[in-house]
Parts: sequence; C-alpha cells; structure tokens
Amino acid sequence: MLEVTNLTRAFGHGAAAHTAIEAVSLSVAHGELVSIVGPSGCGKSTLLRCIAGLIAPTGGRVVLRGVPVHDVPDGLAVVLQDYGRSLYPWLTVRDNVALPLRRTLRGRAARRTAADASLAAVALAGVGDKYPWQLSGGMQQRVAIARALACDPALLLMDEPFGSVDAQTREDLEDLVLRVRRERDITILLVTHDIDESVYVGDRVIVLTPGPGRVRADLPVRLPESRDQIITKELPDFVRLRTEVSRLVRSRDTRAVS
Amino acid sequence: MSHTTVTGGAAPGGTTRAATRARRPARALPWARGAAGVVVFLLLAEAAGRLGVISRSALPLTSAVLARAVLLAGNGRFLADLGATVEAWAAGMAITVAAGVPLGLLLGALPGVRVATRAIVEFLRPIPSVALILLVSLLLGPGLRMSATLIVYGAIWPVLYNTIAGIDDVDPVAKETHRAFGFSRLDTIRMVSLPSAAPFIATGIRLASAVAIILDIATGYVTGPINGPGIGAYIAQQSSGTSDLTVILAATFWAGILGLALDLLLTGAQRRLLRWHHTRLGETG
Repeated sequence: MLEVTNLTRAFGHGAAAHTAIEAVSLSVAHGELVSIVGPSGCGKSTLLRCIAGLIAPTGGRVVLRGVPVHDVPDGLAVVLQDYGRSLYPWLTVRDNVALPLRRTLRGRAARRTAADASLAAVALAGVGDKYPWQLSGGMQQRVAIARALACDPALLLMDEPFGSVDAQTREDLEDLVLRVRRERDITILLVTHDIDESVYVGDRVIVLTPGPGRVRADLPVRLPESRDQIITKELPDFVRLRTEVSRLVRSRDTRAVS
Repeated sequence: MSHTTVTGGAAPGGTTRAATRARRPARALPWARGAAGVVVFLLLAEAAGRLGVISRSALPLTSAVLARAVLLAGNGRFLADLGATVEAWAAGMAITVAAGVPLGLLLGALPGVRVATRAIVEFLRPIPSVALILLVSLLLGPGLRMSATLIVYGAIWPVLYNTIAGIDDVDPVAKETHRAFGFSRLDTIRMVSLPSAAPFIATGIRLASAVAIILDIATGYVTGPINGPGIGAYIAQQSSGTSDLTVILAATFWAGILGLALDLLLTGAQRRLLRWHHTRLGETG
C-alpha cells in the first residue's frame, strides 16, 4: 500500500541547515492502522507532509499503491490537529464536508447527499446547517474527520488529530477512528505524541528518535481486534507494550536533553 | 457609529443568544445617541450665530443652511449634479474593485511579483490624484472618463493594500488542508484565500468609497462645469458667481449626506455578504 524508503528532509542550507527526518523507511499494508509516535520535534509532521506530497523530500522516495508520490496523490485525505484552522468559517458544516467533493463529484445535490451521509457516519447528522465555529472542539474535529471520509480515501493521514480536545472527547474520537476503520476499506497512518493512544488504536507502533527523526523501533500490537477504553488498557499485553514504547520514547528524550 | 445589526432569523444555535445580547445596547441606543448628538450640535451652532458669537457673514445660520438644503432637494439642476456625482462614484468604484482585487490577489499570491513592483507602486502611491487633475484632463479631455480615471487612481490603493493584507493573513493550515484534497494552487486562491480575505477587502472598498467621493467633488471643483455636472462643479459655480455661503454650505451638506448614504449602503451589503464573519465576531466578543 505505502512504501517509504530512505526518506530524508532537510530545511535551510549550509550552517543553518536542519534535518527534520533522516533515512526513514517504513511500509504500511493495505487496511493497516499504523501509529507513529515520538518526542516533540522528531519530525513526525514533516514525515506526514512528505507522504501527503505537500512538501518534497530532499532524499528517498514515497510510493503509494505502486505510484511514486511527487504531488498530492489521489485517494488521500489528511486530518490535522488544528481543526479550528482547517475548517472554513465562511462555509456551513455541510459545505465544509462537501468541499473536497467539488473536485470529484458533479452536482450540488449529489455532494450534499454525500456530505450528509459522511456527517451521519461520525454521529453528526443534523448539524449540517450550522457553522463550524458554533460547535464544540470535539464536534469540529469530527467534522474534519467527516470531511476526510467524504471523498472515500484509500489512505487517511492524521497529524495529532486529537491533541487539542479534552481526555473524554479524545477517547471517543479514538473509538470513532477504530469504528470507521472497521466499517471501511481504509488504511490509516496516525501521528501522535500520546503513547497510550498509539498502542490503543494501532496495529503497529513506529517509534521515531528525537530530531533528526529516524525509525527507532517498529512494534506489532498484539491485542484483540475489539478494543475498549477500560478493558483493553487493563490487559497485561497493553501495559507491557505501552511501557516499552514509553521507555523507547523517553530514553531518547533524556539523551537529547543531556 | 457602531450600529451592530445582528440579523437573526436563519442563523441557528448560538446566534440567537448573541442577537439578544447585542440588540438592546447596540441597536437602539447608539442611533438615538447619535441623533441626539447631531441635534445638540446643530442647536449650538444656531445659538452661536443668533447670539453673535460667530458672525453671520462668516457663517450663515444653521436654520438658513438647512432651509436652503431642503430647497436644493427640489432643484432639478442640483439633483442632476447629485446624480452625476453618484454616477461617477459608481463607475470609478466598479473599475477600482474590478482592477484592485485581482491585482491584490496577484501581488498577494506571488511575493516575487510584489517585490519586483514595489518600487513602482511606492512611487505612484503618494502622488495625490488632485495633482493629476490637469494632466488627466489634458490627456483624456473632460467628462466621466476623466472623473473615473482620477477616482480609480486615488481609490485603488486601499483596495489593493487591503487585499494583499487579507491574502497575507490567510491561515497556512487552511491552505495546506485545501491543497491536501488535491486542489490546484489557483483553486486554493479562489476557494480559500479569496473568501478568507473578504472581510479585509470589504473594509478596503469602504475606505475607497470615501476617497472616490472626495475625488469626484474635488475634480468637479477644480475643473468647474466644463467637466460636466457634479456636486463639485455646482459648488465651484456658486462660489465664483454670487459667493452665497448659504447655498455652498447647503450643497456641502448634501455631499456629506451622500457620503453617509453610500457608506451605509456598502456597510449593509458587507454585513449581508459576510454574515459568517460578523456573527462570529459577535459571538466571541
């Protein structure tokens, strides 16, 4: 599905040059949900932007479904942390969700229907006529997810999607992503700094080192398919894995500080 | 003058709360206060004239000016002058917006072009339109074409600069999200940058409107009736002939009312078109 090989991205030139990610290689199989976790400043967002074709890597390559990525590829959707900034305040919730469809779906009525279906899928039926800024943070992030799902992407990239909502809402949104993933034929790459989250939602957890980001570890998550915020997080396997990920992330942290 | 008219109705949810909060203090009171302020000012001016604080030959009585203004409103020739000023304003503003907004989008979206043209723009901008009246009248001859040209020259700057500022202000996250959906750069400018910059552009247009009226009247005043009818030409004629201060002030009064009316028109259109913006501001404080 997705093959990332020796991906490197540097910013600036000469002495001021800064390497955000260095020789990152990873692969994601069709239908997988892979978490990418790492300390802040490890180039997680840069990695995601390179995969999305939003910025060009300075080295290495990204191949999506057999096609090298140079520009933004088809069948891709992105959800960013700043829902407040990525939703358009001049459009209603429905028009926000219908916006990406303007490229692919002809006819206002058809787009409207598709947008309403997508809103229903994230349990937001009935708010289509409101404006995003009239909704709570958690609801706004669900609108952003609905918008990403509206164009039926094969690959969904999420950059710290639940970073700015409260803990309860965050758990609800994690379960929403798991449900969406069960119901649809979709591959998800989720960048997070929350270790519990990376283990709870993931099939695999990829740990990056602090900047420049390299792959430190690629760990399979051996937990039952059906997950529950209370029960799953009590399982010895969950606790063992979250501790291991935590150790990997934190050990690098201290080294970066000293 | 803060006449915050939050138009309720179709807007759901939180808007109704904002509307009721805004209605009492913002809708009735400023209008009443503003009107009271005007009345008190006019009464003071009248009293100053009658008590001899200000000589009547220097400044005619307010009541005389207002009475003359009412008479002017029934004067066919003056109404033609008023209409001609509105016409020149409309023509000048149409060209200003049609040229200024696309130019601003271009300069805002392509910083390279902006840097390359900065020297020319910064040279042209400080030249007052009034200084160009004679030059333009020699080049184009008198008439609407000349008035409109001078209006565009003076009024395009606020539209241009506000459009550029609006484009600079567009959230990069908003643009990047749009591009991640596979839209082209041009689509992003049209679908994200333009609506996002719309409140800036609207303010630029209102600033330009005031400049446009000033320039039309100044042009008419400098050239006189040769340039065709207009409030400026009317005032020029009155001051060269009888030098009747009362009628000059009455005509000036109508010029002020015209400026106010056109600004209210634009403000109304802005509030209608950008309701998302004004309602949101009303809600967040």
